[in-house]
Amino acid sequence: MTPAEAEIAIHEALGQVAPGADTDSLPADADLRDSLELDSLDFLRFVEILSERTGERMDEDDYPQLATMASAVKFIAARG
Amino acid sequence: MPVLGADMDEGTVLEWLVKPGDEVHKGDVIAVIDTAKSAIDVEAFATGTIDRLVVGVGETVPVGTVLAIIAEPEEEQAKPTTAAAAKERAHREPGKAERPAPPAPAPHPVSPVIRHRAHELGIDLAAVHGTGPAGAIIRADVEHAAAERRPAAAPSPTAAGPQAPRSPRKPGPRAGRPRVTPLARRLAAELGVDLAGVTGTGPAAAVREADVRRAHATEKPAPPAATQAAQSAAERTQSMRQAIARLMARSKREIPHYYVSNTADMSLAISWLHDRNLELAVSQRLVPAALLLKAAALAARQVPQLNGYWVDDAFRPSAAVHLGLAISLRGGGLLTPAIHDAADLDLTELMARMRDLVTRARSGRLRGSELTDATITVTNLGDQGVESVYGVIYPPQVALVGFGRIIERPVAVGGLIGTRPVVTTTLAADHRATDGYTGSRYLTVISDLLQRPEEL
Repeated sequence: MTPAEAEIAIHEALGQVAPGADTDSLPADADLRDSLELDSLDFLRFVEILSERTGERMDEDDYPQLATMASAVKFIAARG
Repeated sequence: MPVLGADMDEGTVLEWLVKPGDEVHKGDVIAVIDTAKSAIDVEAFATGTIDRLVVGVGETVPVGTVLAIIAEPEEEQAKPTTAAAAKERAHREPGKAERPAPPAPAPHPVSPVIRHRAHELGIDLAAVHGTGPAGAIIRADVEHAAAERRPAAAPSPTAAGPQAPRSPRKPGPRAGRPRVTPLARRLAAELGVDLAGVTGTGPAAAVREADVRRAHATEKPAPPAATQAAQSAAERTQSMRQAIARLMARSKREIPHYYVSNTADMSLAISWLHDRNLELAVSQRLVPAALLLKAAALAARQVPQLNGYWVDDAFRPSAAVHLGLAISLRGGGLLTPAIHDAADLDLTELMARMRDLVTRARSGRLRGSELTDATITVTNLGDQGVESVYGVIYPPQVALVGFGRIIERPVAVGGLIGTRPVVTTTLAADHRATDGYTGSRYLTVISDLLQRPEEL
């Protein structure tokens, strides 16, 4: 996945987990969980959707790299 | 109209999912009801055939109003049973109530089974209000009469005892404390009706459920004839706030809370979870909250004094552990649906139920039984929240368990300082039902359970 594709995938996943949230205006380094008030179940769902869309396995140890938009884009782009 | 939570006093029929002639089974979703908090799927109380729908779509009615008549199968005469079943339920399960139908216009033949039951209970059938068709006396009426007579006789100084003839007494200036049936007392508390201003129409001028309903109805302005079915988001937020306000104010007014807290070491639980999740697809993974909920449910079974309801000045333990889960909604407010039989579910199932409940709570499709059955409630402010939370008990429950965020803390182990993930567990409990010793035992059990995650 290119970084641009990764970013789209992340926006879409967040859109499903936190409907109505304005993910476009999120700073790239903002903590997604804090900014969008995702609880552990929301975050799990976020990882689940991302994993389905990218076809990549994501383990709990990878979660820190999914913390912000910038780090998540980097992580997914590097994988695919 | 069932009571879908202790804070509800009326509801609006949004949709009927059945029509006359349909067969329904106990537990089937038959209607969608709008309450102050959300739209709720309402289940049938009984198995049978829908005889007729009494309350139309868009109508708002007080709790206890008969919504539909279900004819029971395989009875000699078809009997309407929604009200009856609901009434039986109301006596069995705290927090539920049902209004009796209008009084019987004329004496009616009574079936031998019911006559026998009345004899067993020592009930004079002439004094029993029938709520069946055309005022027929049905089994629930007899049970109702028995339930009302027993406790009502004791507290009054003028009562001659349970075996006394049930001749109506005139209320006099020396009648002393008014007689009030337990159901009526509970209802009055729920509806905020002052019992001193209620005229009793029961035996010996006892205040009955119907009297409380009448007093409540007359002191309230009549609702507009045509109520808009679905509420706007803003109205919903406001009405939910008001519902929470009523219930929480009642809790703090009535329940003498005591609080205990503990710190549970989560290192074994977290590392077990981590190893387990490594082997699983994302959809099968567990979050730490699942372990905490399971531990809370199992501990409730081990310390049953905290699992149940405080009703009529006594604690009524519940055999089942239905774990209420406080779920915050995105637009503000919260709902506390229950995970039924949580102590019997394995972690995978519990996790699935938790995800399902959270999703449905936020999309507004919960079932009535999920909103009324909780025997103990857990609030878990989650991994982004604070370290500890001291909750307010949901009446008539007697305990509320709080889990804070799991955090790394320095801990002394074997003379050395290391860091470990820990969670602060708290318990708010009803001091009428238990003492601090019991509460502390409950939290200790949770902590012990979390040290053996593989057994959860």
